[in-house]
Amino acid sequence: METPRTLTIDGNQAAAEIAHLTNEVIAIYPITPASPMGEWADEWSSRKRANLWGTVPRIIEMQSEGGAAGTIHGALQTGALTTTFTASQGLLLMIPNMFKIAGELSPTVFHVAARSIAAQALSIFGDHSDVMAARTTGFAFLASNCPQEVMDMALIAQAATLESRIPIVHFFDGFRTSHEVAKIHSIETDVVRKIINNENITAHRQRALSPEHPVIRGTSQNPDVYFQARETVNSYYQAMPGIVQKVMDQFAALTGRNYRVFDYIGADDAEKVIVLMGSGAETAEETVDFLNTQGEKAGLIKVRLFRPFDAEALINALPSTTQSIAVLDRTKEPGADGEPLYKDVVTALAQQSIANQSSAKQNRFRQLPTIIGGRYGLSSKEFTPAMVKSVLDELGKAQPKNHFTVGILDDVTHSSLDWDENFRTDVHNNTFQAVFYGLGSDGTVSANKNSIKIIGESTDKYAQGYFVYDSKKSGAVTVSHLRFGDKSIHSSYLIGNGDADFVACHQPVFLERYPMLDKAANNAVFLLNTPLSPENVWQRLPKNMQQQVIDKHIRVYCIDAYNIAAISGMDKRINTIMQTCFFSISGVLPGDVAINAIKDAVEKTYGRKGKRLVELNFKAIDETLANLHEVIIPQISDATFDLTEPVPDNAPDFVRNVTGAIIAGRGDQIPVSLFPADGTYPVGTAAYEKRNIALEIPVLDENLCTQCGKCPLVCPHGVIRCKVFDESLLSSAPQAFKSMAVKGKDFAQGLSMSYQVAPEDCTGCGLCADICPIHDKTNASHKALNMVPYTPGLRQQEKENWAYFLNLPEYDRTAVKTGTIKGAMILQPLFEFSGACEGCGETPYIKLASQLFGDRMVVANATGCSSIYGGNLPTTPWTKNSEGRGPAWSNSLFEDNAEFGLGMRLAIDKQREYAGELLQQLQPDIGDGLVELILGADESTETGIQQQRSRIQALRDKLKHMDSPAARELVSVAENLARKSVWIIGGDGWAYDIGYGGLDHVLASGMDVNILVLDTEVYSNTGGQTSKATPRGAVAKFSAGGKASPKKDLALLAMDYEHVYVARVAYGAKDTQTIRAFHEAEAYPGPALIIAYSPCIAHGIDLKDNHLHQQLAVDSGHWPLFRYNPQQAASGKNPLHLDSKQPSIPYREFIETEIRFNMLWRTHPQEAEKLLKQSQQDVLHRYLHYEKLASLEWDKTGDIEPSHRKPTKATTPSKEQPS
Amino acid sequence: MIDLSTEYLGLKLDNPLVPSSSPLTGELDSAKKLEDAGASALVLPSLFEETIEHEQKQLDRFVYSQALGHSEAQSYQPIPEDYSSELDNNLERIQKFKSALDIPVIASLNGISTNGWIDSGKKLQQAGADALELNAYYIAADPDTTGEEVENRYLQLLSDLQKHVTIPVTMKLSPQFSSLANMVLKLQQAGAHGVSLFNRFYQPDIDLETLHIKPHIELSSSMESLVRIRWIALIRGRVDLSIAATGGLHRTEDIVKALLVGADITHLCSVLLKNGPEYIAILKQELHDWLEQREYTSVTQMKGSVSKSCAINPAALEHSNYMDVIKSYGQ
Repeated sequence: METPRTLTIDGNQAAAEIAHLTNEVIAIYPITPASPMGEWADEWSSRKRANLWGTVPRIIEMQSEGGAAGTIHGALQTGALTTTFTASQGLLLMIPNMFKIAGELSPTVFHVAARSIAAQALSIFGDHSDVMAARTTGFAFLASNCPQEVMDMALIAQAATLESRIPIVHFFDGFRTSHEVAKIHSIETDVVRKIINNENITAHRQRALSPEHPVIRGTSQNPDVYFQARETVNSYYQAMPGIVQKVMDQFAALTGRNYRVFDYIGADDAEKVIVLMGSGAETAEETVDFLNTQGEKAGLIKVRLFRPFDAEALINALPSTTQSIAVLDRTKEPGADGEPLYKDVVTALAQQSIANQSSAKQNRFRQLPTIIGGRYGLSSKEFTPAMVKSVLDELGKAQPKNHFTVGILDDVTHSSLDWDENFRTDVHNNTFQAVFYGLGSDGTVSANKNSIKIIGESTDKYAQGYFVYDSKKSGAVTVSHLRFGDKSIHSSYLIGNGDADFVACHQPVFLERYPMLDKAANNAVFLLNTPLSPENVWQRLPKNMQQQVIDKHIRVYCIDAYNIAAISGMDKRINTIMQTCFFSISGVLPGDVAINAIKDAVEKTYGRKGKRLVELNFKAIDETLANLHEVIIPQISDATFDLTEPVPDNAPDFVRNVTGAIIAGRGDQIPVSLFPADGTYPVGTAAYEKRNIALEIPVLDENLCTQCGKCPLVCPHGVIRCKVFDESLLSSAPQAFKSMAVKGKDFAQGLSMSYQVAPEDCTGCGLCADICPIHDKTNASHKALNMVPYTPGLRQQEKENWAYFLNLPEYDRTAVKTGTIKGAMILQPLFEFSGACEGCGETPYIKLASQLFGDRMVVANATGCSSIYGGNLPTTPWTKNSEGRGPAWSNSLFEDNAEFGLGMRLAIDKQREYAGELLQQLQPDIGDGLVELILGADESTETGIQQQRSRIQALRDKLKHMDSPAARELVSVAENLARKSVWIIGGDGWAYDIGYGGLDHVLASGMDVNILVLDTEVYSNTGGQTSKATPRGAVAKFSAGGKASPKKDLALLAMDYEHVYVARVAYGAKDTQTIRAFHEAEAYPGPALIIAYSPCIAHGIDLKDNHLHQQLAVDSGHWPLFRYNPQQAASGKNPLHLDSKQPSIPYREFIETEIRFNMLWRTHPQEAEKLLKQSQQDVLHRYLHYEKLASLEWDKTGDIEPSHRKPTKATTPSKEQPS
Repeated sequence: MIDLSTEYLGLKLDNPLVPSSSPLTGELDSAKKLEDAGASALVLPSLFEETIEHEQKQLDRFVYSQALGHSEAQSYQPIPEDYSSELDNNLERIQKFKSALDIPVIASLNGISTNGWIDSGKKLQQAGADALELNAYYIAADPDTTGEEVENRYLQLLSDLQKHVTIPVTMKLSPQFSSLANMVLKLQQAGAHGVSLFNRFYQPDIDLETLHIKPHIELSSSMESLVRIRWIALIRGRVDLSIAATGGLHRTEDIVKALLVGADITHLCSVLLKNGPEYIAILKQELHDWLEQREYTSVTQMKGSVSKSCAINPAALEHSNYMDVIKSYGQ
């Protein structure tokens, strides 16, 4: 047996290595947490990495997982070795084809990073809900529990599917396994060659559909035969477990790693046995092993092959001494009397018992064991040794709880088991454990991944890394959990309180937010990045932290990493500096060895082409070593302050008890009873979360300001606001509050205006100052708005100003000219303080819609960035005004958002119609005047809307005194008599790809909905994968070699309907056109589509230059601006109006500024030039095409039907089956 | 037959027409056209220190920004296994040109810091460059920097590089030296094989809409050749190194004048960008005709025949001649 090399990789890469090596066609689609598997495959193929047979696998990205599954089905039917990667909703979309693929006995492996299914909420984290939803498809299901097993089982699955012809879902826990970095043993290609039987491949190819030997497959069958034909596959399923076991044995002979379809671990004479699958089995193994040394008689079955379920193998794997069994499912089937694995185990034992009774055969067990089932670990909920112990303890009780939960506090139906937080196994006595608190933007995670690689690759130590992120995109807090040890590490849970030998705080501001030293073990080392000198550090530690330092004998070190970064020329990059500190003081490696290893890693990263960067990093490393100081610890704690509360005391109960607890990182402790049962949460909660992440904030020079309103327009986070108010209110203003007499004839005398910043919510992106057009005439660098360092003094001053500003009344909406920027920006945004990336290109559009229409908006939001910054707990930026009105928001799925919004429109329209009918019915009682006014209301203006609301209020007042059934009915639907604005919001991945079918149907329907497509030209949320909106020549994930095809012209497709309002906008290039388009779209009585250019971090740009990139996109012709208004056609005018001029700069000038394009010049220069040439032609051609369309003479006769037509019969779905 | 050949940096050239750094000398297609039309050598597009620095910063940001994700997007762009840098492209180009062209290929380095230049210079030599043109420029924006310090930077850069390369090195200079002739002499003493007079730079311009400062460059005009002609006339015969005239040489008359005052070669750029690479054949023919009509037998014969030491009225080169110019303008 060979000694294979080791790899330090995560589970996704482990799966992708084998999948890419053993397949010919790979159909992919991005979904967290499975996307990296597709990314690896795409990158490798773009680098021409060959598979086992010397040919480069063909990778194809599809428009959805449904499309990927169809492609796989086709490729399998024509004889290719084919695979895919997916998770969660993606797997659900594959189910229809999975039935077919299995029904036709087509060998394939789907690698699944198992993830929760969206139910009361979406979750990207790991459990088996998706896999269990697919268990009836006829696929086999093979589980891996750790990155090593992912690689091993990927191969075993590939060999077994070819041998058995049964397709396999190979799954492992999303994030816990897919994203856990671990040192594992590689599988050499020679082993792969030995295990994959080429004869099976030949047989697969021979079964392929071919005109050389034609057959038909996929027939339709009738009652006479379908049933029998369905039973034909039984023998294949019966043979499958044996085949899998045979391959496992073969694998063991070649690698020394043994697996059984049901692996038993534990005491030979175990009385209590736990049965489970996935990463939890690793924790269970660690616990059972430990408890058995303490006198427990416990065992564990790791279920590897879940389907086909081999009952006999399970029973044979159980010790005959088994008295009780706890089956743990990482899924929930509401309404079932037990989850799937539990029921299979019960059935297996019951069937055997019954069979033995009838055959009088000896039972394996003295008596049928007690079997209980429970749920654990949903959505990556922690599953610790303490929880395993609590399950075993439960088994020891006379009447153990069935259908239990473990890991949560269920104080409603009392399903949960208690566990002892302090219980630990002994495996950590020889493991070094380290926890790091950092920001997503400070490089902590990448530095830690680098450290794991250094230790994994340069020593014999085993390593494990797991990374926890919060849900924000800007200023995301990351906690890294690293373990190093001499033995293989199986602890698939986070480092617990009191366990960390090393704790690092990479951001000074965390000191007041997180009780980081709770994690520290006795004699731990604490590393703090702080601008404070070593003598001043102690007095700035919160009281509780000081006490922990003293009690646990923690050694404290400090470094001013940002200063060292600055003096070493590293800008604000502290990753290498903090990594150097870790190696220098943690003792995990000898000092010199570690420092040399870091330097080697730097050289590897930047290579010979980044010589200067290598020098900079080396300088930073040396400076770090010279400036790392130990803090002298006094005997007593003398601090007078402690951690700050996550939300203010005056926040509503729910916000304090639930939202606040989640913000503070105590979400695990919230009991079931505090949660809404139907997933409904309050709005306006982002305002409570003060993140203080800005390094600079904008400060107004009111003497220069011309009140143009551009700064609030472009602010991605809604932190810079405008109010117009009576100047008499200024008497109570704080001294530093800035205001101006409002300018312009649209406003009465005696009014003041203020632009005020919410300092604690600002991210410091600087876009407001960037857009500010006013310069000091004597100093061009000084503007009306300037970014200023965010000092404690400024924070305090602006906090007071903001508090005063918030209390100023909102200006009367009916008095504002909302068509101007200045006017529109006086309107209150009902979308504020989102956690989107600093400088996000999407959020200004959403905020604008919320200002213009928020008080009557219903939002259907596709899954993506906007659903994450819009609705990921703990907080939401969607909020309401002082009247309690605001956007009502929901996210259905990724693929169905247009339909979801259409459903909202239908309900509102239907209820409005019904309310109208009731009004007419009740007219005698209500009175003619009011009914007629309500039914004939003109709601096209703010005034009209306000008047209608007053009428409806008058109606409600009248209805209060009426007691007929119709009156009561009318009360419940009366609100729909006022206009509601339905907004369907999503990204390009949704609109161009996965949701396009639905979007197209909604456009065709003619219904009055407003569709806002935030076009970032990639799947931003999942990490920048190619969509059909991605431009030609751009490098993106899944297009590592540059996208060869042009961007789809969604606007042109929509215009072709002729009854759809279409606008293409880029607020950074022409803000007035954007506002006009929003107004026109909302006013248009049919479907309206706004496609909004949204610069994104995935473009490889600095978002502080967001506006410049928008301007270049427009000037180069990449993003022509226009509006297509079908109402113009009705009056004989051409509906298309171009709002930007012919391309005025070469396309090259646009793409040179963005890494997504210019990276291709570095990797594939000739291809880049070719694509650039084509793109240049594309934009010129397209502009000319639009120009011609816009200049067409429009029919002015008026006696033919105008082109704005309502849906005809042809668009009404037929009741017939499609023919 | 008129002998148009000349010697520059120790290289024997067929004629004195040498295209300088431009997009035309960057592509093999157009370079071949230049050679076919009669170019006797060519200077490759400059390898800019600023470009390399920018490229490294971009690489740094790219690698770093891979870490700026969140749980769903741990990075945003595929990381290429390998990529070609600006230096790689330059080296590759030299190799390609050397195997496809018969004329000498002069590499050009543009910048001022000594850091990294030695390395780049060595690589350009290894790749096959016949000579190096060092387009050194330094904007002495700091009032504390003296003229002498600036001059020393140039000299230091040159002598550092000389230690590591064996091919001839020429310095492309700006006219902004207090004592240009002295500077050229010092460069000669420091080992320069030639000077190229003078470089042209992007000039910052102001966008009146945004008040932002933006770089700006326009093609040269014939007028600009006169300052070159004057200075070549002044130093030819006083120093012993090769001299190239560069900037504003558009017409045959400009070329002839440059040669008459002592240029060994004349660099052509704007004229070729305007008229295409083939235009060099016309210039060559016209040069030939000019010499023939005036019964010169060779370029060598005419070279420097109107330099300061040989001019009929050398004093005119040194006078500021303000009054004369004004007068001639009035006529």
